[in-house]
Amino acid sequence: MQLTDKHREYWRRNLKLTGVLLAIWFTVTFLVVWYARDLSDIVFLDFPLPFWVGAQGALIVYVMLVRHYARRMNELDEEYGVAEDGR
Amino acid sequence: MPRVFVSKIKKYYSFYTGGFVMFVLALAVAEYMGMPDQWIGWTFMAATVALYAGIGIMSRTADVTEYYVAGRRVPAIFNGMATGADWMSAASFIGMAGTLYAKGYDGLAFVMGWTGGYVLVALLLAPYLRKFGQFTIPDFMGARYGGHMARTIAVIGTILASFTYVTAQIYGVGIITSRFLGITFEVGVFVGLAGLLVCSFLGGMRAVTWTQVAQYIILIIAYLMPVVFMSYQVTNVPVPQLVYGAVLEKVTAREDEIMADPAQASARDAYQARADALGARIAMLEAGHNPAAGEEIAQLKHGREIAEAKARPLNHHAEPFPGRTEAERDTARLNFIALTFCLMVGTASLPHVLIRFYTTPSVREARESVFWSLFFIFLLYFTAPAYAVFAKYEVYTNLVGTSIVELPGWVASWAKLGLVMVEDINHDGILQLAELTLNPDVIVLATPEIAGLPYVVAGLVAAGGLAAALSTADGLLLTIANALSHDVYYQMINREASTTRRLAVSKGLLLLVALVAAWVASMKPDTILSMVAWAFSIAAACFFPALVLGIFWKRATKQGAVAGMLVGLGLTLFYLVGVKFYGMAKWFGITDVSAGIFGIPAGFATILLVSLFTPAPDRETQNMVESVRYPALNL
Repeated sequence: MQLTDKHREYWRRNLKLTGVLLAIWFTVTFLVVWYARDLSDIVFLDFPLPFWVGAQGALIVYVMLVRHYARRMNELDEEYGVAEDGR
Repeated sequence: MPRVFVSKIKKYYSFYTGGFVMFVLALAVAEYMGMPDQWIGWTFMAATVALYAGIGIMSRTADVTEYYVAGRRVPAIFNGMATGADWMSAASFIGMAGTLYAKGYDGLAFVMGWTGGYVLVALLLAPYLRKFGQFTIPDFMGARYGGHMARTIAVIGTILASFTYVTAQIYGVGIITSRFLGITFEVGVFVGLAGLLVCSFLGGMRAVTWTQVAQYIILIIAYLMPVVFMSYQVTNVPVPQLVYGAVLEKVTAREDEIMADPAQASARDAYQARADALGARIAMLEAGHNPAAGEEIAQLKHGREIAEAKARPLNHHAEPFPGRTEAERDTARLNFIALTFCLMVGTASLPHVLIRFYTTPSVREARESVFWSLFFIFLLYFTAPAYAVFAKYEVYTNLVGTSIVELPGWVASWAKLGLVMVEDINHDGILQLAELTLNPDVIVLATPEIAGLPYVVAGLVAAGGLAAALSTADGLLLTIANALSHDVYYQMINREASTTRRLAVSKGLLLLVALVAAWVASMKPDTILSMVAWAFSIAAACFFPALVLGIFWKRATKQGAVAGMLVGLGLTLFYLVGVKFYGMAKWFGITDVSAGIFGIPAGFATILLVSLFTPAPDRETQNMVESVRYPALNL
């Protein structure tokens, strides 16, 4: 089997999705930590915001990122005809 | 994936979970009727270990694919639970809440690092490794970068990262069994070893996987139960994760009171006076230039450090990067970021985690399986900060300020084991915060008693800690033994070996590695334990660049990968050992644990540079890279 344009487009869309999700991952982790002291006075759900993000918010985002990636990629597999057989 | 198989397994584990809950309730009734604590401990331990052994024996196998990757038919959700148990070690189960108690916001680096790493696993590695579909991580290196060089370095990296880690797990098993069964530590280590081998020896990955699922169920029930009760007692809401914000506010208010209280200040001043006195004594000894005084000076310096820490004003639990000066705060922030980064990349590089994604039936399920893994891990890590805050609330409001003769019973019982210390330094008969020393492990272990729960809950917590330590140790042991038997023996020494012979070698090596690890653990080596955190930096610097570029950059060459792995691993080890043992000056104030922050980029840069100066990989290798990128493509 040879690589077709369809394959290349599938791969490009995969890379784009991966890039966007990694950018979100980076923001909720490192950007929030970098500005943690400045954000400390904001109160969210009774917590100082950076504490809440570190203890709960970022974790929830991680779980959602991985869930979204799995769903979206499994859809793309079907759409581009690269899904495995037998399911 | 046959649906019948999945629904059968779901039924088994639902029955099992129900049975376990009934078992705990039955023991609670027995305790109420007067069963002694020691018996409860033994029953818990014997029942859970017998259960693991039963699963191990039922899963025995003589098939290579079953032995190495559980037949590649572990459904996503169960692989998720097994990964969760594999991942969460004794340190996560017992130590994490304590670290958060001691460090407040700064401890969250572990919470974020050990969950956020799974985003990297999901997006950059798991689906591709599953498509590649061999047995070990060195297998991937060998196939992608041709020849034995890359494979050999990967085997060395696997052993470096996994061995200290497994030793620490066995050490943890020894601590739990000895404390809980009243046997000596050394005997406890070998009892734990037996518990390990019954799972992995007969059935390899297949047995380990199904035991880990059972162990996950025990450990998560054991972790959640005490803190749910405590939350209900303090706030009347049994969902600690939702309500501890309000408790944190009370802790913050109490911290201000403690800072303003003159009695508290007098205790701190007394510790400052002690630190000064020790300082004077150190200066005198050092002026004497007596080489024999070296030992004493080191001891005195240690004592001074402790006293100084106690004399320092209290930091707010939720305050990020506390420090006396702006420079100190900036270094703390830099270290937080470096540590989080190394833990994340390390999570995505530890071989015992990555090989779990070889065991799913398809790429599709590998992706879903990372989600389930992270979800099951999240349940524990999302609760740990609540544990810390509830414990702090209890200590700050009910313990600090009470008369020393009237302290609750749990203080005395843990003091006997040296995990809690109380010293009335200002002789006022009242406990001030500075006068209390808590070992971090005590937070999870003592919560059942702090919340006044029956002993059966303490037994449950010990069984959970044991499940966490055993499951991680099993995964690690199997990873080391398989790297030696599959990658070294089968791939490099004897390609003609029969299936029977390969499995015999694997099992022999498993036994050998387990015995060596238990023997090292039984000597209680302090240095080994402090080196466990290194595993993340070592694995990250050795594997991550070569794995990721191997998948995402076709141009990465054999020479590039070999050079990159050597540079990454070398630089990381150089920094770790230099800073820890030879007093090397820190670069940008980064601590040794985060050495990977230098090794990882160095690895990436080396692979990029060397690859561009060496001939591109051949057609066959490029086809292999293409084929891992598409679930249904075989070139």
